[in-house]
Amino acid sequence: MGLTAQSVKMESLKDIYEIEKCEKQYIVALAGNPNTGKSTVFNYLTGLNQHTGNWPGKTVVSARGEFKHNNNEYIMVDLPGSYSLFTASKDEEVTRDFLCYGNYDAVVVVADATCLERNLNLVFQVSELTNKLILCINLIDEAKKKNIEIDKEGLQKELNIPIVLTSARSGEGMNELKKLIEETSQNKSNEEKAENLLYFEQDPELREKISEDNYNYANGLKQKYVKEDIKKLNRDKKIDDIVTSKKLGIPIMLVLLGLVFWITIQGANIPSQILADLLFGFQYKLNDIFISYGVNDFVRGVLIDGMYLSLAWVVSVMLPPMAIFFPLFTLFEDLGYLPRVAFNLDHMFKKACAHGKMCLTMCMGFGCNAAGVIGCRIIDSPRERLIAIITNNLVPCNGRFPLIIIISAAFFASTGSFVDSIIPALSITLMVLTGVFSTLAVSFVLSKTLLKGIPSTFTLELPPYRAPQVGRIIYSSIIDRTIFVLSRAVAVAAPAGAITWLLANIYVGDMSILIHMANFLDPLGKIIGLDGFILIAFIAGFPANEIVIPVMLMAYMSTGTLTDFESIESLRQILISNGWTAITAINVMLFSLLHWPCSTTLWTIKKETGSLKWTFAAFLIPTAVTFVVCFITANIFRLIW
Amino acid sequence: MKLIDVGVGEIVKVEKNTAHNYLKERFLALGLTKGADVEVLRKGPKNNLTVYRIRGAMIALRNEESSLIEVL
Repeated sequence: MGLTAQSVKMESLKDIYEIEKCEKQYIVALAGNPNTGKSTVFNYLTGLNQHTGNWPGKTVVSARGEFKHNNNEYIMVDLPGSYSLFTASKDEEVTRDFLCYGNYDAVVVVADATCLERNLNLVFQVSELTNKLILCINLIDEAKKKNIEIDKEGLQKELNIPIVLTSARSGEGMNELKKLIEETSQNKSNEEKAENLLYFEQDPELREKISEDNYNYANGLKQKYVKEDIKKLNRDKKIDDIVTSKKLGIPIMLVLLGLVFWITIQGANIPSQILADLLFGFQYKLNDIFISYGVNDFVRGVLIDGMYLSLAWVVSVMLPPMAIFFPLFTLFEDLGYLPRVAFNLDHMFKKACAHGKMCLTMCMGFGCNAAGVIGCRIIDSPRERLIAIITNNLVPCNGRFPLIIIISAAFFASTGSFVDSIIPALSITLMVLTGVFSTLAVSFVLSKTLLKGIPSTFTLELPPYRAPQVGRIIYSSIIDRTIFVLSRAVAVAAPAGAITWLLANIYVGDMSILIHMANFLDPLGKIIGLDGFILIAFIAGFPANEIVIPVMLMAYMSTGTLTDFESIESLRQILISNGWTAITAINVMLFSLLHWPCSTTLWTIKKETGSLKWTFAAFLIPTAVTFVVCFITANIFRLIW
Repeated sequence: MKLIDVGVGEIVKVEKNTAHNYLKERFLALGLTKGADVEVLRKGPKNNLTVYRIRGAMIALRNEESSLIEVL
């Protein structure tokens, strides 16, 4: 049976591919090879902030946005990147099916100016499906840097499709692109080429022949219309000779990781102090105001000592490290370093019988585990995808990094000397490595037990390095990530603060409810080198890990040892006076690193796997790992101390 | 000769793609078609991955995959 609308159930496709539109509305699809800057074009046109990054496979679901041009509205659909319409990985299928059955008025194929030969294959394939095609040769600024010259007029004449040279990052050529979109989508004479669906059902040998012809043609076009400068082309090769070399690849990676944490800790110190002074100073004023208005002590306690205090902690403790860490991380993402990390680590993932791309989804997890779980769609094999989903939580996300950073800064720093300042950065790096190691170990065990199998095939593109746009990085990592994460934390912190205060101040018998709870959990906590209060904080952190520290501090303070928080040093004092030692600090970091996923992540896992059983496994496995690991470290420590 | 046996720095031409199904299509999509030039750029840690220049792009393949491409 051929690949027809009937055979793939047009009915069900209708909802997805028949985008509703009114008069004067046009649908424009964006297609192209992975990592050609489709999302940047999309963002430029629609003004939206679809996350961009220099690695293939970043867009796994199609995003939609609109823009207006000359009184017409254009609905843009950003399709996942695909090398070819013949292959059928999950995300490429989305693209193929939309281009076959979608009711679009124009298709913009975005091509990388620095790699035109490879990109043209897809252009030829799409041109078999529709003649409402525009070729957008993007990243022309990068091409210029490499002395690549493209004869646009000649290419346009030969291919007989409108071509525009753009640099979506700077906006170059984007007005022309809008004009072409307008012309193409309003051109009524365009005929459907749906009969060419057959093109995709050719037998494999014919498909091979078509690919060969396409590529030979593309190679010819490149010889004719593209001028390259061999010297410049080798720039990336020279960098990669060092960055991905056998000997230096992994050490360089570790040094960079440590450096990022060192900068984060050093940079966050002073702003954290200023914010704390400001916010806690305001607390006294608030208190005075409440008292002068004669507000009931209980209400004042809930509002100020509960809600306001936990908000102040979340902001002063979390904001500075996040505002430094995220831009740094995005910088590496934009440079194109992540695929190099995947390259350097692949032999380990292979040993763990995991998919090579799992390294990329793991890196996404550093941003947000829920996002990492969705990102696992780039992995085709169901077995390896499940492994990637279940283990994603074993690397620390946005919400957990600040806890790890703060605890290590408080406990393993810093009288101020340079050597001292390296220790916290080192301990965080070790934590991250522990996370990566646990990911590999759990993957290995899963591959040998519940999810038996061998790693499936793998191809990894190392994209060209690109100069990051510092302005955009700062904007997007502060707006997209910092503010987003912070507002989520604040939204959870306020009620959590109020509840914690209530629990700490409502007495049953001679103890508050909080103390009862802590006492109940204390034996379990002690076994793994923690205490009851810490466990309460982690349980309270189920909706958002960001609030673990505030809840923990509030719980400790309610026991009356200290009521003031001014700096990292006072944090250290609070913790020590509650019986913390270095091993408590280490185990809290380990627990935070390895414990159960937050509610958002679990919900996402349920959605992505469609299985309660695997969602439960995704909860249980990290939980078991964290208890075992903390139990072992606690006992080793007891033995040698 | 197979692509896996080609030394770093050499440039060879693809003769035959002996992979099957999904991988075959992926190879074709990346431009590993008959007659394509492939330059061997570098081996990675543990000789696990090798980087090739294929159609102007840098693509890393594991040994399992590169042994499926016959070259001249």
